[in-house]
Amino acid sequence: MHLPILSCLVFLPLVGMILIMLVPRGRDNLIRGIATIATALVLGLTIKLLAAFDQTQSGMQFVEHAQWIRELNVFYHLGVDGISILMIFATALLGFLACVASFGITERTKEYFALYLLLETGMMGTFLSLDLFLFYIFWEVVLVPMYFLIGVWGGPRKEYAAIKFFLYTLAGSMFMLIGILALYFNHTPHTFDMIELTKNSFALYFQQLVFLALFFGFAIKVPIFPFHTWLPDAHVEAPTPISVLLAGVLLKMGTYGFFRISYPILPQAAHWFGPYMGVLAVIGIVYGGFVAFAQKDFKKMVAYSSVSHMGFVLLGLAVFTPAAMNGALLQMFNHAMITGGLFLLVGVLYDRAHTREMDAFGGVWSKMPVYGSILIFISLASLGLPGLSGFVSEFMVLMGSYPVYRWMTIASCIGILLAAAYLLYMIQRVLLGPLNPKWSRLPDINKREIFTLVPLMIFILAVGVYPKIALQYIGPSIEHLLHLLAGKIAA
Amino acid sequence: MNAVDSLFFIRSEIFLAAVIFVVLILDFFIQQKRWLGWLSVLSILIAFFLSPSFYPDSGLFFNYYTLDPFGFFFKTIAYLTIGLTLLASLAYEKIPQKQAGEFYVLLLTMALLLTFMGGATNLLMIFLTIESVSLTSYLLTGFQKFDKRSSEASLKYVLFGAVSSAVMLFGMSLLFGASGTIELSQIGELLKSSASIPQNVLTQTGGANTHGMILMGMLFLMAGIGFKISMVPFHMWAPDVYQGAPTPVTAFLTVAPKALGVAVMARVLFFAFPDLVHKWAFLMTWISIATMTIGNVIAISQSDIKRLLAYSSIAQAGYILAGLATPGELGLQATLIYIAAYLLTNLGAFFTVIAIERNLESNELEAYNGLSVRNPLLALVLTIFLLSLAGIPPLAGFIGKIYIFSSAIKAHSIPLALSIALNSAVAAYYYFNVVKAMYLAPPKVKEPLTNPFPIKLAIGTMLFGTFLIGLWPSLIIQAVVKSLANFPIF
Repeated sequence: MHLPILSCLVFLPLVGMILIMLVPRGRDNLIRGIATIATALVLGLTIKLLAAFDQTQSGMQFVEHAQWIRELNVFYHLGVDGISILMIFATALLGFLACVASFGITERTKEYFALYLLLETGMMGTFLSLDLFLFYIFWEVVLVPMYFLIGVWGGPRKEYAAIKFFLYTLAGSMFMLIGILALYFNHTPHTFDMIELTKNSFALYFQQLVFLALFFGFAIKVPIFPFHTWLPDAHVEAPTPISVLLAGVLLKMGTYGFFRISYPILPQAAHWFGPYMGVLAVIGIVYGGFVAFAQKDFKKMVAYSSVSHMGFVLLGLAVFTPAAMNGALLQMFNHAMITGGLFLLVGVLYDRAHTREMDAFGGVWSKMPVYGSILIFISLASLGLPGLSGFVSEFMVLMGSYPVYRWMTIASCIGILLAAAYLLYMIQRVLLGPLNPKWSRLPDINKREIFTLVPLMIFILAVGVYPKIALQYIGPSIEHLLHLLAGKIAA
Repeated sequence: MNAVDSLFFIRSEIFLAAVIFVVLILDFFIQQKRWLGWLSVLSILIAFFLSPSFYPDSGLFFNYYTLDPFGFFFKTIAYLTIGLTLLASLAYEKIPQKQAGEFYVLLLTMALLLTFMGGATNLLMIFLTIESVSLTSYLLTGFQKFDKRSSEASLKYVLFGAVSSAVMLFGMSLLFGASGTIELSQIGELLKSSASIPQNVLTQTGGANTHGMILMGMLFLMAGIGFKISMVPFHMWAPDVYQGAPTPVTAFLTVAPKALGVAVMARVLFFAFPDLVHKWAFLMTWISIATMTIGNVIAISQSDIKRLLAYSSIAQAGYILAGLATPGELGLQATLIYIAAYLLTNLGAFFTVIAIERNLESNELEAYNGLSVRNPLLALVLTIFLLSLAGIPPLAGFIGKIYIFSSAIKAHSIPLALSIALNSAVAAYYYFNVVKAMYLAPPKVKEPLTNPFPIKLAIGTMLFGTFLIGLWPSLIIQAVVKSLANFPIF
């Protein structure tokens, strides 16, 4: 039997959502069960996909292709290659773990898990779509549940954060839509097919315009400085599991857009904009680091550290070297694991202490030894300790960008220093020092919470020690992309 | 075609006219007025299926009524709107039981008049149909005659409407003076080359500059029709009228007369002024931008949901006009598709408002606080309609927006495309204000909301349509392509 595995990945959560909507209100355990099973099935299928994935191929695999809107030449076109496979896996893994982490949600459970599953459908669809029309639909589908998840279950300023996130992203995606339609109308025959569009060579001026339009959409999502102002609000107000998905998956949708759409379809413009992207990347890395350092709120610090770390992805994109490109893509995956873990840890502490003021803590390690060790482990990964995954990808990006932009690379290293500074400073304030008597009865991290963190730690360590397990998936596709870019830019 | 041969083609109109009298007479005998309502709904359905399946070669009644696919599309729009408005008003208790019969009669009359409006291709018929539709609208608006707001709205509507009719008539007289004909297509032919304007006309006008006259005539005519479709800067009447009118009437007024007004506008522009396309397309571009921007910006500060949707409907008119601002096949398709999507979504939103108003006795946004707890389904449905209005996929409004965007981009109209993009973000803000009240604000009272069957049916139909068009856009696209088959696109 031939199972349309990619469609299952996209629509299994949707089926779960419909089931949940049919369950009467109040049957919380049943609702949680359905959501967990749906996300677990998605994760299982993804592992099956990883196993069946042909790592030597650079092209699309498991392609599903069917006509949807004949008049507009829109296709239901899904596929996976080295660029998307790691993001698919990260989405499935974080989707499952954050679902388990959502068991703490007790208010309006039915709506929460229904929206949660809709969100997962949107995220999966975004990474799997090979048709721009379809891509745009999934991209937008992500927005709506996110608005509610922040707005209903969020912190004190949730309403403001939710609508700010929504409007920012919507404005960006409107420009993206203009760009997509411009591509559609300038290709004969009119098509939304991403693969088909890469074969075309548009004029440079047109490419630049479209690149800029798409850039707004993607840059707001990443977020690239100066479009990042929605991020701290959204992250801080969102409930823990949603912060995890926001940082772990949603931000990557932006950089994925560069890899999948902007670069292959608009290579000359990408090359032309490279230096500017590099400058924005460096600003993001350094600025994010400094602002993170200044934060008193634990979660806000992690949020700003995302701005800094995502800057490395952008820096890798800005230079067209194999090491940097591979590093950038790997950084997306690593950052998903690391920052997902950090947000989970912030949530664990907040659930117990009901505050995130780092200065309010102190000496927590002695009360929560397991928690403290995990926090230190993931923080070290985040600050780029060799042997853990964060180091590998950031090192690759820097190594790849040094020959191209020497000074930018050197400036970005400040970001790494800053990461060490703010993370260690955080550890000092939260875990070390004399125990604040207020926290003398803090219970340690429980088994469910450990369960959500261990898989992330495994991948952080595994990729750190033996990066090839991740790189072997992405290598051929990146090589193919670079080959395509080099050919187009030389022409 | 002569009058006798024409009769065959207007059997659905004849049937509807007969039903109007039947309902009027039955009104004297039947105490349970809702049966009259159901009868009206049924007859709309029958009238629709009575429509001829093929079209005559020439205009009916010596070219006074044109039956073509384009007209049929708008006839469908009119029937659908009226039928569903009838359903919704069955559940609207604010219409006095005593007068309910008359109310249904007026709505049925409206269906008939709108049909003729969609088939009007000469100046006389355009004026007559628009005028009679307006008169019926005034009556419907003031139907709650003991409600101050309703009466005020009606009076305002009459005064504004009278002025706009006068303006339109003045424009028509200029056009007739310059061309000597009231047939839209003949005006177009004459304009093809100014030399071909007959000598006798030139002498009649004393050899005056007919080009200037025609241009002025076009502008006045556009202004007149613009009043009816709440086009900026002729939109001032709309919010007060939409707020004051009984809610089912508001639902209807924001959709059907607007759609038919656009139909007339399209016919006028494409039949009579194909040679002035650059002038009116330019004008339309900026009118469209102004309409969507002003509608959206003012909507932000509204605290009454009817008023909010009123301004939103002005903005939506701006999007619809964007299709006319980029003339061509795609532009017209965009206009029609947007109208269809707008019909489903906007009617749906208003019907949900009716369902809520019945229970809460209020249209203030504050009354919507915590609606998601009091009636989760209703809150969800209204959210879906608002999302569709905001153009979020995969709903009908998104397909409309895609087409509007496409036509703007294909015509290289950058200001229009940018303005639609920015306006979409602004609009999302106030649509989400309603969502915020329903989901994020806690409820003051917890008692659930209940609604009778007719309104549920009306809302359900709209919801189904919104998803259907969003997920299978081919349906509407094919219908629109068919209805534009004989339309003169240059």
